[in-house]
Amino acid sequence: MTAVVEKKKLVVPGEQVAENDYLPGENTYKIDGKVYASRIGLVDFSGNRVYVVPLKGAYMPLVDDPVIGRITDIGMSGWTVDIGAPYPAMLPSSETFGPRQPFTRTDLSKVFDVGDLVLARVISFDRTRDPLLTAKDPGLGKASSGRVMRISPAKIPRLIGRKGSMISMLKRETNCQISVGQNGIVLISGRSPLDENLAMAAVSMIDREAHTHGLTDRIHEMIEKSKRSGNVESKQT
Amino acid sequence: MLNQSKPDKLIDDRGLRVDGRRPDEIRPVKMEVGVLDKADGSAYIEQGKNKILVAIYGPREAHPRHVALPDRAAIRCRYHMAPFSTDERRSPAPSRRDMELSKVIREAVEPAIFSKYYPRTTIDIFIEVLQSDGGTRSAGITGTSLALADAGVPMKDLVVACAAGKIDGQIVVDLCDAEDKLGEADLPVAIIPSSGAVTLIQMDGNLSPEEFEKALSMAVNGCKHLYEMQREALKRKYLLIKEAVEEKMDVKEGE
Amino acid sequence: MSSTRQPHISKIESKTIMDLMANNRRLDDRTPTDYRELKIEVGKIEKANGSAKVHLGKTKVLVGVKVELGDPFPDTPEEGILTVNAELVPLASPSFEPGPPDENSIELARVVDRGIRESKAIDLKKLCIEPGKKVFVVFIDVYVLDHDGNLIDASALGALSAITTAKMRDYEIKDGELIYKEGLIPLPIQNYPIAITMGKIGNSIVIDPSLKEEQVMSARLTVTVEKDGDICAMQMAGLGELAIDELKKAVGMAVAKAGEMRAKVLEAAK
Repeated sequence: MTAVVEKKKLVVPGEQVAENDYLPGENTYKIDGKVYASRIGLVDFSGNRVYVVPLKGAYMPLVDDPVIGRITDIGMSGWTVDIGAPYPAMLPSSETFGPRQPFTRTDLSKVFDVGDLVLARVISFDRTRDPLLTAKDPGLGKASSGRVMRISPAKIPRLIGRKGSMISMLKRETNCQISVGQNGIVLISGRSPLDENLAMAAVSMIDREAHTHGLTDRIHEMIEKSKRSGNVESKQT
Repeated sequence: MLNQSKPDKLIDDRGLRVDGRRPDEIRPVKMEVGVLDKADGSAYIEQGKNKILVAIYGPREAHPRHVALPDRAAIRCRYHMAPFSTDERRSPAPSRRDMELSKVIREAVEPAIFSKYYPRTTIDIFIEVLQSDGGTRSAGITGTSLALADAGVPMKDLVVACAAGKIDGQIVVDLCDAEDKLGEADLPVAIIPSSGAVTLIQMDGNLSPEEFEKALSMAVNGCKHLYEMQREALKRKYLLIKEAVEEKMDVKEGE
Repeated sequence: MSSTRQPHISKIESKTIMDLMANNRRLDDRTPTDYRELKIEVGKIEKANGSAKVHLGKTKVLVGVKVELGDPFPDTPEEGILTVNAELVPLASPSFEPGPPDENSIELARVVDRGIRESKAIDLKKLCIEPGKKVFVVFIDVYVLDHDGNLIDASALGALSAITTAKMRDYEIKDGELIYKEGLIPLPIQNYPIAITMGKIGNSIVIDPSLKEEQVMSARLTVTVEKDGDICAMQMAGLGELAIDELKKAVGMAVAKAGEMRAKVLEAAK
């Protein structure tokens, strides 16, 4: 087994990352015994598998992903939801605590209307059919208030952190409820605009610096500094 | 800018071209990645006086729906020139040349894209030539690969392109507009560097088979040089952030 | 044919903007009369007679000026021609599609044109070579590269910057013939119109709406102010309404702001 690059190296499409007995994991491919990256990202290894953690890329739904989406249409049996994926998602009325058949479009719009933001979970997706969502789990349903942020879906794992460590720290330190969709949408709800601004500043920082070392400490420090000075630059655009 | 007179010779007695280059020299190149906010991926490339902006949107839902393919992403490409990009102002409406170039550029980069990952979607490539001075399709292809990588579109490799040709009987690389118009042949070539496979080749003019081989070899060498620059441009963007952060950390440690 | 479009902003994001506005605040902490950060770079397109790249917040517009020979219009035989074209190229926004200019790009071009034409920023009478036969044509091409709101002001600032720094070949007219001389001369510029675009959000009027604000605002008003403080063009857009005093207030805001923006254009032109 030969690794050609070390862990965490930044690689670009076409760059060789390993050879021989290594298996090609996500965002890599193997030809003639050599493994190459197919996307820009950081190399990592898991046993004899080499893969690339991407820094950019479209959101591709995975079953069980929590997502936050916007209702774009109301159909005969449910809603069409924009989750920022290359495929529009469907939320059937049977997957909500909505009306039972027979119902009218008006009945449906009373539950979720066009333009509403909804917290949901992906229950099925394969590339031949559009993703299907549910809003029945506890904590899911219409978002009634809060600040909405959009970050690159590739940065979401960093925002959540190992075993949720980063997101728990943020919630605690900023005193905000933070809902994170795997599709890159973050919903922040705090008791004061200052708290919300602080949470938003931290999320922005993670979006910008996700692939660097020591991020957790820097976030912590930024939060402490802002709390001491009582001042946060929010600058959402 | 305005009405330059035609040069007598394209290569002078010292072997230098109208802009002072040697036959195997590429024009100065600048590449930048991630220059637009709204696009999913973007790149800006300058090669000599060429200034080209490329943006990628996708993979995204196919509009209109009938362009969608059941088993892979439909790649769409639009090569277009700004009215002020040429010596004489040109109409913004797409010309026949624009349409031909849109096709050959798409066919040059599509083989490198893992389009099967995204069935029923489109990946849209928009190339805007802001200033043109010969070789824009090659620079457009080189910029497109950068923009695709910036968008996170999975690819086998970056595709890179460079032209070679014949002026005053000599084979040279990377022809500028004057050399293309007044020279004897122009040969743009695109390759996938890791396999060496050619994905675009066009020729207009007159070359013997030996001259063709020499021109091809010069074009491929030009491609390899540009490929290194592409990789460097892609990494630079992310390494810059990494460095700025690490600098902050060093300062802290020294305090 | 003009038709209504579907907005793409979620209700709670609209609500955030409206709630902030009720407290006189905007998403990016600007005051109602602040422009976003403005950067103007001139002369980057050497093949054009003049050019300007404008960054207004994240909005980016490139304007090119080309001066060429042409025939005068029959009703103005002794005047040069000004023509403004705008391209909302698809690379600038997920909502721009390839194709011939749509109603938005045509409106954009015509509003920019109106400001320059009605203020007589370019003295077209000085661009005549042979009355009825030959004149100079000034092509202003607005190329939107990145749409994050307020394309009109970014384009107008770009157009003004481009024409004031444009250079054409020096020439003289001998016996009705055009003879080019050595050297370059500027276009005959005699006014500096500034377009100020405002949006109505809730009951407030704000200058330089960003893209998110544009998705929430009910009406848009552009007021173009020429160098002596007179208004030379106006354009209202959107499905909302403006009360008479809102209208007067907006015009007042524009007139008050124009000088500051004009100074920025002249500064960048140095």
